[in-house]
Amino acid sequence: MLARVGFLAPIVCYLAVFFGYPLAANFTMALREYSAASFYTGEAPFVGLANYAAVLSDPVFGTAMANTAVFTAASLAFQFGIGLALAVFFQRHFPLNGVLRSLLLIPWLLPLVVSGTVWRWIFDQEYGVLNQTLLGLGVIDSAVPWLSSTAMALPSVTVANIWVGIPFNMVILYGGLQGIPTQLYEAAALDGAGPWQRFRHVTWPLLRPVSAVVLMLGLVYTLKVFDVIMVLTQGGPANATQTLTTWSYSLSFGELDFGLGAAVGNLLILIALVFAVFYLRGLRTSGAAPGTKGGR
Amino acid sequence: MAVHRRVRTAFTTVAALVIVGGLLFPLYWMVNASFQPATGLLETPPRWFPVGGTLDGYRQAVESQGRPLLNSMIVAAGTVALTLALSVPAAYALSRFRVRGAGVLLFALLLVQMVPGIVMANSLYAVMNQTGLLSTYAALILADSTVAVPFAVLILRAFMATIPAELGEAAMVDGAGHGRVLWSVVLPVSRNAMITAALFAFLFAWADFLFAVTLNADDSVMPVTVGIYRFIGAHTADWNGVMATGVIASVPAAVLLVVAQRYVAAGVTGGALKD
Repeated sequence: MLARVGFLAPIVCYLAVFFGYPLAANFTMALREYSAASFYTGEAPFVGLANYAAVLSDPVFGTAMANTAVFTAASLAFQFGIGLALAVFFQRHFPLNGVLRSLLLIPWLLPLVVSGTVWRWIFDQEYGVLNQTLLGLGVIDSAVPWLSSTAMALPSVTVANIWVGIPFNMVILYGGLQGIPTQLYEAAALDGAGPWQRFRHVTWPLLRPVSAVVLMLGLVYTLKVFDVIMVLTQGGPANATQTLTTWSYSLSFGELDFGLGAAVGNLLILIALVFAVFYLRGLRTSGAAPGTKGGR
Repeated sequence: MAVHRRVRTAFTTVAALVIVGGLLFPLYWMVNASFQPATGLLETPPRWFPVGGTLDGYRQAVESQGRPLLNSMIVAAGTVALTLALSVPAAYALSRFRVRGAGVLLFALLLVQMVPGIVMANSLYAVMNQTGLLSTYAALILADSTVAVPFAVLILRAFMATIPAELGEAAMVDGAGHGRVLWSVVLPVSRNAMITAALFAFLFAWADFLFAVTLNADDSVMPVTVGIYRFIGAHTADWNGVMATGVIASVPAAVLLVVAQRYVAAGVTGGALKD
């Protein structure tokens, strides 16, 4: 009995101190007027839901919500789509298959700050390779301000984030494809199914549990993207790439109003939690009966 | 028929090379820029190859980012040590003991990984401020461990659960305690899972930007991720220096991919499926 306590006490204490306490602190911080001075004076007057009211009535709130939704939806759709296409492609047998597949992992292993920096250089208006190439080919007449125009900034940041997420999607989906028995493909081919029909009626339904996991993890991950946006645009220009995450950061660490930052952070938790519930439910059903929900 | 088939696989390999080349182009572009002279980067059309390259960028990178690189090393090593110290006993207990609340604990470990980093940064800033730990290695190591520990416990527990219980029981009949069983029976068998956990703890800490930028008031413990970020802000023209720093900061990832590829693969899938 003592041994059990000894082995488990450290992790339980750790979770309480480094997750329990901070989450509780974030919750109460959002109910107080918590400025930089509060850290020194210890005074943070209770203001009830005033921080939430301020956040919800701020025009930036709508912008950040919309940006978060677009950024997340577009990132997921393309990461998943491209990742799946690559996974299906790499199912073929050909020389260098293994080497090339592991090379594709590199973008995922790089620090996000580095990836963001590279894309900032690619998107550079004057000397970036993207504009220079497009101008050289005559596709565009004048340099596109990829990161400094309010219209282009969000799509550009999203492209960079898609690039970062492709390897992860590909690796997991590839693993899922390996789990589909080859006899099913052989049987389908015998029945005269072409490549598209085999994908549509064998691959897609059987891959559904894995797809659900990948999409959910991608969603939770994309909601918290911070590094890429900070390096590329810092949420600008004029909040064009401001998401809930970067907004929370700028309220807390830019304007030093930790109460407001915590309120936005708590909204973010709420959104993540809603999807987490879906994820865990999905995990349970897919774990209990893999593949049975496929078909339709 | 055989010839036809060989042509087709060759064609597939070529297609694969083109696809992978396209996806990795940004990395090539980073390496290319890191070897260009500063003026070479401001030319139209761009210099596609680093011929007649220079190490100016790397000189600049080492000069300005030497300390941040060392800081990253210290923080990442500290995070690995703390993560293993916390997660190994926990994983052992969760895989061996039938305790009440074990399910709740596992669920909590799964759930806390979904807490957005900015929320953690916001509240950890308050915690570190109160304890006077702001701008110390300890603050960064503790903060980074919040990303690594839940992942490590889950991946180690999943592995340890596959070790037959009889292995430990035999030792316990001979009078060994749980500590002894963990140390001399379970740990040696769990080497691969430990490497995977350690490797990801290292990568998480090495790549961390959010905690580094929020929990640091001065530059004494600033890691290289923040170094690059400040570097772009301060010298927008010196892209070769920025890119050289980026290349150096990517070295751990590249090295790990080469020497520990199968552990990386195990971590990617382990991270997704969690068990």
